[in-house]
Amino acid sequence: MSARLLRRLLELLPTLLLLVTLTFAMLHAAPGGPFDSERALPEATRVQLEARYHLDQPLWRQYLIYLGDLAHGDLGPSYQYPDRSVAELIGAGLPVSALLGSLAMSLALIVGMALGIIAAMKPHRWQDRAVMVLAVGGLSIPNFVLAPLLILLMAVSLHALPAGGWSGRPQELLLPVLALALPQIATIARLTRAAMLEVMQTPWIRTARAKGLSERHVVLRHALRPVLLPVISYLGPAAAGTLTGSVVIEQIFGLPGVGRYFVLGALNRDYGLVLGVVLIYGTLIVLFNFAVDLLYARLDPRQRE
Amino acid sequence: MYARGAIEFHVGKGLPTYVWLLLGLLCSGSVAQAGDVVLRRGNGPDVETLDPHQVRSVAAGNVVRDLYEGLVSEAPDGSLIPGVAERWDISADGLVYVFFLRDTARWSNGDAVTAADFVAGLRRSVDPQTASPSSQLLAPIAQASAVMAGRSPPAALAVQALDEHRLQIGLQSPTPYFLALLVNPAAYPVHGPVHGQGFTSAAPLVSNGAYQLQVWMPQSHIELRRNRHYWNDAATRIDRVQHIVTEDMGSEFQRFRAGELDITEQVPATQIAAMAPTLRRQLRIADYLGIYYYGFNVSQPPFDQPGLRRALSLAVDREVIVRKVLGSGERAAYAWLPPHIAGADSLQPPWASWTRDQRVAEARRLYEQAGYSAQYPLRTEILYNTNDYHQKIALVIAAMWKQFLGVETRLRNEETKVFLQSRRERRRTQIFRGSWVSDYDDASGFLDLLGGHNPRNDTSYVSQRYDAALNAATHLPEDARRQQLRDAQQQLIDDAPVIPIYFYVTKHLVSPRVSGWQDNALDHHYSRDLGLSP
Repeated sequence: MSARLLRRLLELLPTLLLLVTLTFAMLHAAPGGPFDSERALPEATRVQLEARYHLDQPLWRQYLIYLGDLAHGDLGPSYQYPDRSVAELIGAGLPVSALLGSLAMSLALIVGMALGIIAAMKPHRWQDRAVMVLAVGGLSIPNFVLAPLLILLMAVSLHALPAGGWSGRPQELLLPVLALALPQIATIARLTRAAMLEVMQTPWIRTARAKGLSERHVVLRHALRPVLLPVISYLGPAAAGTLTGSVVIEQIFGLPGVGRYFVLGALNRDYGLVLGVVLIYGTLIVLFNFAVDLLYARLDPRQRE
Repeated sequence: MYARGAIEFHVGKGLPTYVWLLLGLLCSGSVAQAGDVVLRRGNGPDVETLDPHQVRSVAAGNVVRDLYEGLVSEAPDGSLIPGVAERWDISADGLVYVFFLRDTARWSNGDAVTAADFVAGLRRSVDPQTASPSSQLLAPIAQASAVMAGRSPPAALAVQALDEHRLQIGLQSPTPYFLALLVNPAAYPVHGPVHGQGFTSAAPLVSNGAYQLQVWMPQSHIELRRNRHYWNDAATRIDRVQHIVTEDMGSEFQRFRAGELDITEQVPATQIAAMAPTLRRQLRIADYLGIYYYGFNVSQPPFDQPGLRRALSLAVDREVIVRKVLGSGERAAYAWLPPHIAGADSLQPPWASWTRDQRVAEARRLYEQAGYSAQYPLRTEILYNTNDYHQKIALVIAAMWKQFLGVETRLRNEETKVFLQSRRERRRTQIFRGSWVSDYDDASGFLDLLGGHNPRNDTSYVSQRYDAALNAATHLPEDARRQQLRDAQQQLIDDAPVIPIYFYVTKHLVSPRVSGWQDNALDHHYSRDLGLSP
């Protein structure tokens, strides 16, 4: 098991190297550079800047310089934010993004599964219909529409919650977490409902009921575990969805996460910043998928050997 | 104290990561203390730097103006007032300026602001090593161009500390608007000897303005508190100011409505039309020193013919664009210079006062004279950077050209950086979208852009007469200079290298709690001049 673990972890490296290489190539293939703007820089200044950031070197050498720095744990400078390094910027933004993302994922799991189970226990009754309406709504309303609606209702009309910004208070995260979690809640509720309906038809559930166990016991002890499997295998895509969703949510709610660096970095041709964010996101997604695999193996006896 | 906000949290073992993060964030120093009165200013996109010599964006300029002060400063209405220098003498030939610095000017750590600090600041600003994006503004100082080009050492700059409180600056040639340039962060002083790149990250940041840095949280906010050592601290009314990142205009608007912001940086045009009366009373729309224009690539046919360029310019109905497409108070532009700009009178072309029918008739005459007709229509292309407004305007203009002249126009949009590169290369561009906002209130800020040697002139327009008029104007006294600049503008009207479309306005929502706010053409609003009622 531990040898397999190690091998899987080592496989991470070539994946990330490929990711960095592709991103590097695509970024530099895009026309325009970091110092192009409506007010062009004087020639001497441009030359100076390009020399400072090695942009005057051939591309392959820039690539090697970047990899060399990376090997020393240095994510390089940001062209757009000359006062700070990429590592500093990501270091400042990552805790906020991680908090937002993990809270949204947790909420999606808890609420999504609860709703799915409730729907499956009362198939074709009003509870089921209500959950399914919510699920269709959650899937079809994009979060860039949902977020402003939530702000309008909760902040502007009711003055119950802040409309945006970040000073560290928990209530500032409520709306963003909700807006980010809702599409995932919808998907997880549907998955759970479908799996639950299937499981409840199986012989072992009939046996459990025949033993005279309470319905609660049947659901929590016997049905839940197999229901978890499809939900867990969905966690990988859900994490990716949450990451991309956070780009929009962070901008709308003015949260200082790393999501915005992704978009702004690409638009500003801030090569180092984009590479840094890609690397962090890539590592997170790969690690997350890895964790999901491990969890899956633990839950499903067929996968254990 | 200089807090880095969320950077400092460490992740513990045992509890899930986010529990630790939540605890850490709850305990972090960036949580506002209850009961304090804080001015909360929406500031648009994130601030890229607090190094005055690296400032590129409007957002960074807004914060840096609160943090630092130059020799000359601005009153709430935008007029020039003494800053660190309490007065100055200008030699009769306009070439030598001597500034007398206040004895009471102090840095935020209590050190005196000296002439040497300005010498160091100005040298650093023009030093190619600093790679300052706006050092070009200091070009009128003697030797500045040579230093910026790397031909002379920074010490060669004609800036000299006569003693601790007297600073002498020598100019290359008389520059009537030189004082206005000194308001720019590029001319701010620096404290102490070492100012490598990123010195602003070293805590605490020492500054000489009305405020000093308290917290800088990237992408969230910058918090300033009053600088007790500022020479005019007694006049500062607000103790704490937050410049809040509000990248999304729609969200900023909602945050203002929810009472979380006292001032917004922008107002979405779509909200202005449907705005409730109470909100409308808080809306401030004011003229801005900026122009939206279309440039011709005059180096290639068909736009090497001035007549054709004039025809297309005449056929653009600006009133329709400002009223129907924009609709938030923008002014139609017929001239290259905004109205009320300092240093020159904005010269309107004669057809500015014509009716639409008269303009269209003249446009058709010029169009046909250039060899085009309904049978042989002009086929051209408008290039713009991808954006809803640019697209709407391009569509409307293409439709006007089609309707009035029969021109077949293709629209091509490119992502901003790609667009800027295409524009600069001038190979494929025929007509391109452009905008220009001046850093200082003087006609030269606009007129220089179309000078034959300006690297930012993407039209390839070169006119000996225009350049000569601009050149001659610098050496002339006020009235004669106005006449020269009038001639230069007349040349622009005849040659039409650009189609002026509209002049920008600034749009802010300002809470009635805020006092002391005055609209001004550069949109500079110093927090030190504002008050906030509880």
